[in-house]
Amino acid sequence: MLSRTADHLFWMARYMERAENTARILDVTYRLSLLPQNGEDVEPMWAGMLKIMELQDTFLAKHPRHTTEAVLEFMIFDRDNPGSIYRCLRATRENAHAVRGTLTSELWETSNATWLKMRDLTPAKLWENGPGAFFEWVKYRSHLSRGVTIGTMLQDEALRFIRLGTFLERADNTARILEVKYLNLLPGTDEDATQANDYYQWSALLQSVSAFEVYRKVYRDQITPLRVAELLILRADMPRSLARSMKEVYSNLTRVSNARSAETERLAGELESHLRFGRIERIFEVGFRNYLEDFRDRIFDLGCRISEDFLIPARA
Amino acid sequence: MAITKFFNEMTADDGSVRSHYAGYAKWLNETPADRIERKRAEADALFHRYGITFAVYGEESGTERLIPFDIIPRIIPAKEWKGLEAGLRQRVKALNTFIHDIYHDQEILKAGHIPADQVLKNAQYRPEMQGVNVPCDIYAHIAGVDVVRAGAGEFYVLEDNLRVPSGVSYMLEDRRMMMRLFPELFARHRVAPVEHYPDMLLHTLRSVAPVGVADPTVVVMTPGAYNSAYFEHAFLAQQMGVELVEGQDLFVEDDQVFMRTTQGPRRVDVIYRRVDDDFLDPQAFRKDSMIGVPGLLKAYRAGRVTLSNAIGTGVADDKSIYPYVPEMIRFYLGEEPILNNVPTYMCRKPEDLAYTLAHLPELVVKEVHGAGGYGMLVGPASTKEQIESFRKHLEANPDKYISQPTLALSNCPTFVENGIAPRHLDLRPFVLSGTEIQMVPGGLTRVALREGSLVVNSSQGGGTKDTWVLEA
Repeated sequence: MLSRTADHLFWMARYMERAENTARILDVTYRLSLLPQNGEDVEPMWAGMLKIMELQDTFLAKHPRHTTEAVLEFMIFDRDNPGSIYRCLRATRENAHAVRGTLTSELWETSNATWLKMRDLTPAKLWENGPGAFFEWVKYRSHLSRGVTIGTMLQDEALRFIRLGTFLERADNTARILEVKYLNLLPGTDEDATQANDYYQWSALLQSVSAFEVYRKVYRDQITPLRVAELLILRADMPRSLARSMKEVYSNLTRVSNARSAETERLAGELESHLRFGRIERIFEVGFRNYLEDFRDRIFDLGCRISEDFLIPARA
Repeated sequence: MAITKFFNEMTADDGSVRSHYAGYAKWLNETPADRIERKRAEADALFHRYGITFAVYGEESGTERLIPFDIIPRIIPAKEWKGLEAGLRQRVKALNTFIHDIYHDQEILKAGHIPADQVLKNAQYRPEMQGVNVPCDIYAHIAGVDVVRAGAGEFYVLEDNLRVPSGVSYMLEDRRMMMRLFPELFARHRVAPVEHYPDMLLHTLRSVAPVGVADPTVVVMTPGAYNSAYFEHAFLAQQMGVELVEGQDLFVEDDQVFMRTTQGPRRVDVIYRRVDDDFLDPQAFRKDSMIGVPGLLKAYRAGRVTLSNAIGTGVADDKSIYPYVPEMIRFYLGEEPILNNVPTYMCRKPEDLAYTLAHLPELVVKEVHGAGGYGMLVGPASTKEQIESFRKHLEANPDKYISQPTLALSNCPTFVENGIAPRHLDLRPFVLSGTEIQMVPGGLTRVALREGSLVVNSSQGGGTKDTWVLEA
């Protein structure tokens, strides 16, 4: 397969996954902002989220205050914000457009139709139906895109690079979702918080990664920060966990292996086995935020290496 | 307006429906208007979702538009098509022979049938191709010949497109759309299929691979996703199951072309390139080309890769060469031309220029090297001011122009804002030449949607129709 084609497939998948996870992060933060306990004080919550998404500066250049409306419109519609859902869906479609001949027509049409609808959406329409309905729509378009990918694409290299993009992005994004929540909420540090508030915080986090029911099923017990972290980091049977994402990254990577990708495969395998054999208590000892930041650095490094090994056109 | 009588494809002069349209006309009469309206809206939505669009130059970058699609097909009876097909095959065969001759012995020039200057000083003549042998001596593997029908029902060839003719994807998509929207029509008519075109194209491309290559690798080369015909490039690559490459994906080493893949370099044998000659190789042609492949011409001249179409085919489809095509047919094939050429005045000749200047309101004046319906004057459809301003261009640069009588392009009922009205159309059949000449029945019908307009180009607001050749 052409290196350029693989590059477009990889980024098409990453942007779709990013759009979905951005919708998830916005959804959970928006829901928390509506909780009565949070009262008027929603701004620090939005500021924290933007910080972890590394969009704080871009936001502040345009908006003086972190109001819900300003942040949501910035994260959904802003054409100058590279992290907005608008930009993610446009990039998904542009990458798909560049390789539409490699995609099944159903996959291309899915991505094109998603973009056409996003393009026609206005803030007025968003607020009319409520942001929740929009986040739901983004998630379902992503589900559809993934389903069409798996249901129609030949299981060849093209599919591997799509999957690689999806899971590398998801690994990064799930780590960010965890960071957003743990930012002001390290276990045991917030003694004043009411039990009820705690419960809502954790259940909202779980819901944002479609893990609420999963948690109940796996632990059959109270929601505790430690277990939430364990579920989303170490449980390989949880589809959006870091462990699952890395398992997929590693296995897809080994299937596209070429003459110069050995070191990249080794690094991915190393990260995957850390997660496979890790213990959550040990991660908390190291420091949760450090752990997640280090994880994201490694994911970033893997992305660069995949580019160099496969995607950047090279002669040799 | 000088022209009053047009040939209507559907109805005869006495108002009766022509026999090959009888079935369709009956269906149209019986089908409730609201159903047709729904289907038209559905077609629009589907074209949008499929992304069957073309990019428009001169508008905000990345602007994509739909080419309007009309649901009333252009129907051609089998007998008429037979004559057209024979004429097209004959014409393309002569044109390919002409190009080979020009880049080798130039016998037609020596025989004095065409002034040598007209060919050798033509900007489209590529000295780099002189003496170069190409597989099967075929240069224009894909030709899109524009044909129109005039007042008395006779066909004329308007233009031979031998460089990178486009539009075949719309021919295929229009058929797919019609079958999806109105399957009952295909049950009632014996419409000749066109769906095998990509197979024929791949067969043609493989047949002209460099000598000695057993299992040639074919690719389609596009200028990129922002090119106006990108949809078609991607479509054809996908339908043939070959890679769609850009210049940056290819490189040349030891006169061999390779593409950069995730598994390292892979050899390429045949390039169906949708990039103009000028941009193919920055080492040989335009230095500023970002979409070409350095060294490609050298590999090509060494016979290590086939370019399709060949470099330098423009010398045969240039408007200044067009008047000589009937002569080529006589010279190379010893046959009389089956299809008519439009009488053409070459403004470089003083007497032709004088005639043209005296008859501007009746004539169509075209730039010799123009394409896409730009830079032309349609006399009968122009205002006095437009004619006078064009006259100045013409007087300043007569060599740049030819003129032709304004043909009374046939028309066909078409859906417009206020119902159904006749609109002018042309036809672009595609002729494939490799070890053999092949065609699918029909071609792309383009229709000028503006009332009275004779310009069918999509860049000028033209639409398309499905083209049916009825099997006898």
